[in-house]
Amino acid sequence: MACALFLLLALASSRFAGADEAGYASWRARGFEIPEPLGGRKGDPARGRAIASDGARGNCLACHRLPLEGLEAQGDLGPPLAGIGARQTVGMLRLHVVDQSRFNPDTVMPGFHRRPERLHRVGKPWRGRPFLTAQQIEDVVAWLATLK
Amino acid sequence: MMRWRFIPLTLLGIALTAGAAGVRSGYEYLLPETRALQDDDFGNPGLAMVDEGRALFQRAGANGKACADCHGTGGERLDVHAIARYPVFDQERKRPITLRERIRLCRSEKQAGPALSYAGRKALALETFVRHLARGQPVAVEIGGPMAAHYEAGRKLFHTRWGQVDIACHQCHDNHAGQHFRGQTLTQGQTNGLPAYRLATGEVAGAHERFRQCMHKLRAEPFAIGSPEFIDLEVYANARGNGLPIETPGVRY
Ligand code: HEC
Ligand code: HEC
Repeated sequence: MACALFLLLALASSRFAGADEAGYASWRARGFEIPEPLGGRKGDPARGRAIASDGARGNCLACHRLPLEGLEAQGDLGPPLAGIGARQTVGMLRLHVVDQSRFNPDTVMPGFHRRPERLHRVGKPWRGRPFLTAQQIEDVVAWLATLK
Repeated sequence: MMRWRFIPLTLLGIALTAGAAGVRSGYEYLLPETRALQDDDFGNPGLAMVDEGRALFQRAGANGKACADCHGTGGERLDVHAIARYPVFDQERKRPITLRERIRLCRSEKQAGPALSYAGRKALALETFVRHLARGQPVAVEIGGPMAAHYEAGRKLFHTRWGQVDIACHQCHDNHAGQHFRGQTLTQGQTNGLPAYRLATGEVAGAHERFRQCMHKLRAEPFAIGSPEFIDLEVYANARGNGLPIETPGVRY
């Protein structure tokens, strides 16, 4: 009951304010896509590229080879992201970045925008906040969409 | 309400995934020069901690007795097979006792103190010294009987996604050993080299220190060193590597 109420409130607040003050916007997947931009934000590909290659923010390069020059210490836990924008719809890209466990329940890829209450023992500095804010998700998705 | 429907599926996926087939020491993933450093009986930087532990082993406790008085000057009267079996179930205390905890209990009960802090450098040094005595012995943790519940609790912790990063130990160390995370080669996260010298930090880390470091990377609030959770996790992690030779002090990235 409390949960349902909370969800309603969260949905209501996201509908009106876009995202809460921690940057979380509730989202809804349709199949394997999130068709709507999170919190109605518009993404900026240049900012998205910076987030993806920054070890403290997206840290995508820890696990993926990114099609960018001069990056060191790229990982290979996940597939290379070159050309991903040509292979997938924007809605799919969004769901990959928001919650990869929808595609693979046993994935090693972090859920970058899962409801913070769902996470276990988050450290104090990060508590109550998603890994990436709604705006940052849209920025990364906008950049991925340019990788054609 | 798709969000809710997916929860059981996610949990099921984690619960049904079996552990790694072939058990491999972190040593096997090291660069040749790092292996050579570990194998060098003069150059291995972890040996400084062994020496520190040996000195403490020979120092008298509050009642005038040193560990060495019961176990031999260099620990030669300790049973290396017994060392390889830790953590072991203590019938009297009704809980698993790690090697470090055994050392702390000896200090408090056989040497009349002063007590060793679980997270302190002295306990770590003594553990490193004692485990080094069993180098080459295969890890042999008992997981039946009263240990079964602790093994299971540890297994659960190993399979729980932690922190803002929301990944489980299992995801990295069972599924992706040999692949690269931040340019670093992931291993199975075995504990047979622990306490080990870490090139990245220049410090020696035992099991609980290493668990904390991994949990911190996941932006999680780590459990305390010596906590019941980490003791259960150590039971599971050590048993997961049953059969691997003890390498203490390992050299790791
Ligand atoms: C800890 C590892 C890890 C991190 C960090 C990570 N990923 Fe992934 N990612 C994976 C893995 C592994 C897969 C492959 C599918 C699977 O196993 O879930 C994947 C799959 C993907 C896919 C789908 C690729 C395809 O071909 O279907 C996209 C898109 C993606 N990741 C984007 C990102 C972005 C963007 C970031 C950073 C904001 C990121 N990933 C961070 C591990 C990671
Ligand atoms: C995002 C990936 C990741 C996750 C999740 C993770 N670790 Fe690790 N872990 C590493 C890396 C990288 C290293 C250093 C290279 C190696 O030994 O694998 C490491 C090292 C270790 C080691 C030392 C192995 C050795 O040979 O000395 C242990 C033990 C360990 N991890 C246990 C854990 C436990 C327990 C958890 C969960 C609380 C965990 N790890 C979660 C990445 C991870």
